[in-house]
Amino acid sequence: MTKDECKKVVLDIIADIAPDEDLSNVKPDVRLRDQLQLDSMDFLDIVMELRKRHGIEVPEAEYQQLASLDSSAEYLTPKFNALAAKS
Amino acid sequence: MKHARIVITGVGLTAPNGNSLTEFRKNLLTGVAGIERLDVRYMGSLLAGVCHYDPLKYQKKKDVRVGTRAGSISVYCAREALADSGIDFTTVPKDRVGIYIGCTEHGNVETENEIFNISKFNYDTKYWSHYHNPRTVANNPAGETSLHLGSTGPAYTIGAACAAGNMGLIHAAQMLRLGEVDFAIGGGVSESIHTFGIFAGFKSQNALATHEDPKRASRPFDLARNGIVVSEGGCLYTLERLEDAQARGAKIYAEIAGYCVNSDASDYVLPNPARQAECIRKALAQAGLKPADIHIVNTHATATPLGDIQECEAIRAVFGEGCPDTHINNTKSFIGHCMGAAGALELAGNLPSFNDLTVHPTINVDNLDPLCALPGLVLNQPRQVAKVDTILNNSFGMLGINSTLIVKRFVP
Repeated sequence: MTKDECKKVVLDIIADIAPDEDLSNVKPDVRLRDQLQLDSMDFLDIVMELRKRHGIEVPEAEYQQLASLDSSAEYLTPKFNALAAKS
Repeated sequence: MKHARIVITGVGLTAPNGNSLTEFRKNLLTGVAGIERLDVRYMGSLLAGVCHYDPLKYQKKKDVRVGTRAGSISVYCAREALADSGIDFTTVPKDRVGIYIGCTEHGNVETENEIFNISKFNYDTKYWSHYHNPRTVANNPAGETSLHLGSTGPAYTIGAACAAGNMGLIHAAQMLRLGEVDFAIGGGVSESIHTFGIFAGFKSQNALATHEDPKRASRPFDLARNGIVVSEGGCLYTLERLEDAQARGAKIYAEIAGYCVNSDASDYVLPNPARQAECIRKALAQAGLKPADIHIVNTHATATPLGDIQECEAIRAVFGEGCPDTHINNTKSFIGHCMGAAGALELAGNLPSFNDLTVHPTINVDNLDPLCALPGLVLNQPRQVAKVDTILNNSFGMLGINSTLIVKRFVP
């Protein structure tokens, strides 16, 4: 998985949990909370959907890695690739 | 003790056969029922009353996703009632608004959904939703409504089984009289069709209706009735003290005349006609009315073989043969049993009678059960009558809770 593909995975999840938001111009380097109406429960949703859909675990201490699309891709892409290598 | 006069100034509703009072009433007068087939988890296709309001009329998609069906129904009904009341809600002090919503049950839908959800993950509870608790707390429907409206006064639900719809109204009137709030939103809601448990429970009680034609399935008082049709719905009213309503020139639907809530203290599920009759009599006494003064009695009857007979026994004991101007009807024959919303919806369906002097019938009665043959029963066709100044609304529930609410034509 590339980092761009990883961003797409995250955006797909956000599209489901924040269906009123326009995601066409999300800036990858800006904190998601600063450009979208997302609260702490929504971030728990992102964590839950990563777990349910992709088998990816994000420990609580590392939630801040999901702050922006760029940081999410940086953090999650190796996890996706490690998972793919295992299977 | 002299109480403040409390009036109903707005109605917002969604029923299986209508999403506004106008549409609902039209269907009650033209015999249009709203029962359909619904696929119920684990059970397959069952009969149910499903509401078809547009949740996105007032809520964002995210609010619908995060919240509950009961919360969504509550928000819809509250906004419709506020719009109907004509009040400029921006001018109402939000800490003086009370929200009182009757519920038969709450939380079962979300709990069943989550158990189903984790069943797909080998029952690993780490997949259990973090929304479970805010969705299942008993105050959820009222809480979602206060969040939506930005009202900061008391907002809670009243658990009273199937008497709950009346209870929301009664409690609102009480809080206005106590001066706890200055503006109240009260009534009842139900999301029950989204839980298989209520269907399965009634089925195990042999109390779930079946019929090849869904619209004929709910048939209180008919000899062939065979149980309840479970429905969802909601009906919330705006209520105000008379002087406040008059000061703003509000339209007034009706005045609260009297009420009673009592308990059978006799059985988990079987009704008690003696206590029901006592409830009706006490409501009449509080209203300062005699049985013959009541022009419409809206029955609770749910179409269970025994329950209908027992309510008829209670009504017969109070009204007897000497009430020629008392007309008796039933709304569940159109919409099934809307549980926590039933009492509130059923009252709403009769309120227009003050203006059109027409009593909506109970439908689907092909062969009247002789044990339900009350004088004044309005069967299958609406009845034009000379006078409608009073409506008495019965709602009874499991664990033996009874509620009777009487409203009267507003006369300054």
